[in-house]
Amino acid sequence: MPEIRNFTLNFGPAHPAAHGVLRLVLEMDGEVIQRADPHIGLLHRGTEKLAESKPYNQSIGYMDRLDYVSMMCNEHGYVLALEKMLGIEAPIRAQYIRTMFDEITRILNHLLWIGAHALDVGAMTMFLYAFREREDLMDVYEAVSGARLHATYYRPGGVYRDLPDVMPLHEKSRWHSDADIERLNQTRSGSVLDFIEDFTNRFPKCVDEYETLLTDNRIWKQRLVDIGIVSPERALQLGLTGAMLRGSGVEWDLRKKQPYAMYDQVDFDIPVGKNGDSYDRYLVRIEEFRQSNRIIKQCVDWLRKNPGPVMHADHKITPPKREDMKGDMEALIHHFKLATEGYCLPEGEAYAAIEHPKGEFGCYIVSDGANKPYRLKIRAPGFAHMSAMDELTKGHMLADVVTIIGTMDIVFGEVDR
Amino acid sequence: MTEALRVLKTYLLESLSDKLISSKIAINELTIEVAPVDLISTAQFLRDDDSCCFEQLIDLCGVDYLAYGESEWDIDASSFSRGVKREFSFDDSEMDETDIEFQGKRFASVIHLLSLKHNHRIRLKTYCDDNEFPIVDSVTTIWNSANWFEREAFDLFGIMYSGHPDLRRILTDYGFSGHPFRKDFPLIGQVEMRYDEDQQRVVYEPVSIEPRVLVPRVIRDDLRFTASKENETDKTNQTDKEAQE
Repeated sequence: MPEIRNFTLNFGPAHPAAHGVLRLVLEMDGEVIQRADPHIGLLHRGTEKLAESKPYNQSIGYMDRLDYVSMMCNEHGYVLALEKMLGIEAPIRAQYIRTMFDEITRILNHLLWIGAHALDVGAMTMFLYAFREREDLMDVYEAVSGARLHATYYRPGGVYRDLPDVMPLHEKSRWHSDADIERLNQTRSGSVLDFIEDFTNRFPKCVDEYETLLTDNRIWKQRLVDIGIVSPERALQLGLTGAMLRGSGVEWDLRKKQPYAMYDQVDFDIPVGKNGDSYDRYLVRIEEFRQSNRIIKQCVDWLRKNPGPVMHADHKITPPKREDMKGDMEALIHHFKLATEGYCLPEGEAYAAIEHPKGEFGCYIVSDGANKPYRLKIRAPGFAHMSAMDELTKGHMLADVVTIIGTMDIVFGEVDR
Repeated sequence: MTEALRVLKTYLLESLSDKLISSKIAINELTIEVAPVDLISTAQFLRDDDSCCFEQLIDLCGVDYLAYGESEWDIDASSFSRGVKREFSFDDSEMDETDIEFQGKRFASVIHLLSLKHNHRIRLKTYCDDNEFPIVDSVTTIWNSANWFEREAFDLFGIMYSGHPDLRRILTDYGFSGHPFRKDFPLIGQVEMRYDEDQQRVVYEPVSIEPRVLVPRVIRDDLRFTASKENETDKTNQTDKEAQE
């Protein structure tokens, strides 16, 4: 009698639906998955170890590179942990700017998620739609920080600089005709805030477009409904956070429950799912688009009316103004000390968490009183989600693995760190 | 928030009095420490007790305390050294057993818990008894999410979790040796790899670059912090006394 054995299938590490560098070893019984063993670490760069060898401020840029589709949120987690240890708080305007950029980042992240997720499942158009809006938001990133992706905009004690008064314009080039330039620059004549406000007015219509394409789409529903069901109890046991937890019907959002920045001053709702399947998580994230848009609107309103400082005034921690350094010895000394040595944190340990687009992102810092962290541990939501892979895929078909990777919103920069 | 934490702390002091080695509230965070033998029972209690109800394990990580409190700043150094001094060498040949005189417990396993019901967090620390072969019980049966976190701590620090269902390396390469996040593991690593034309394959060799430090590690007692800290401890001592009275 012939021996019947399970078939082992290698998925990735270079598979377009693996969202980067995931190697999945799947044990298959026919087309049904018996066991999934994700091999991660192919993008491990040792961020935490690198941070131990650098002054605190020099690691902010590394945070961008963790989850490289929601850059500023990562920075926020790290900067909050530093501020907690230093015992300082950013000025209120900086906190509003952070709130606004956290939500812009959430939209950026969800746009990439919906594009990639739909592409994996077979809906090509979504990817193009999503990148159209992403482009606008990345221009906002560029306007405030000079970089489209890795902004390094948040600093302990505030943000790097105030919102600029002008939005950079497109220039004429070989690739753009005069008509193109005029169309592209139409919304860019005012300040950055004007541009963002215009975006918030346009964006709900875009979300409607995505919904027309997907929400009642027969194929989309066939691929998502009842795939990767997680019960609320299991979600808690598996350490799922963010939309993965809310999709299972647990109403938990750090922005509401343990508010940071200005989240207790703005109005928004937390969407929750009912069945805990991939389709519910899709609906949750779609609603988060609308809620983020709502928060951005409120922040824009506030920021228009209330000018003020965006950086803490203690120059032992934040660099002094360039003009001051020309004439003030004290300012020059502060700058020199910050540039050559950085600042020391008091001895102790702290954990600060934020509601990252993917879930709970936290930084645990152990300090022995030096100018570098003694130990920095980054709690990445994707890591916990990835560890639930085996349980989520068990009993599903091979094609559903792609849906489950998509619904978990995996980015390997943060899983591997 | 602080009030709730204080209540929780007193409650834990009452119900876990024989197990708690220390407990303190600093920067609005409650930290408790237990011995490795008590870890499982404490964890079980923290999850199942109605006033604790920590349903979710948010994070578990290892910490290596080998170089804790050591600064690299050398005031006698020449101007070309960037003022860096090292307590120990990364080069094995220079390394002597006596070079590292480390007293106390080196490895800690730190767990962060979250209770959704009561909306509070706690940090649970366990120091491993043996520095050569650090071992601690696995909490995977209590919180399933600990599985990968423990694999990570094993991979990066070499902390063994007894009772773990599948303790394999997770982040480092296949065939990697050593535990890279230990303080005596050099930042530049131990091997470098390149493609060898003659052998027509990728070869591994010992690293050829020198370790260097751009900004030395300095520990300064900042009066702003030490002053506020003293006040804080005074205050907590007072409240403790009041509570006792």
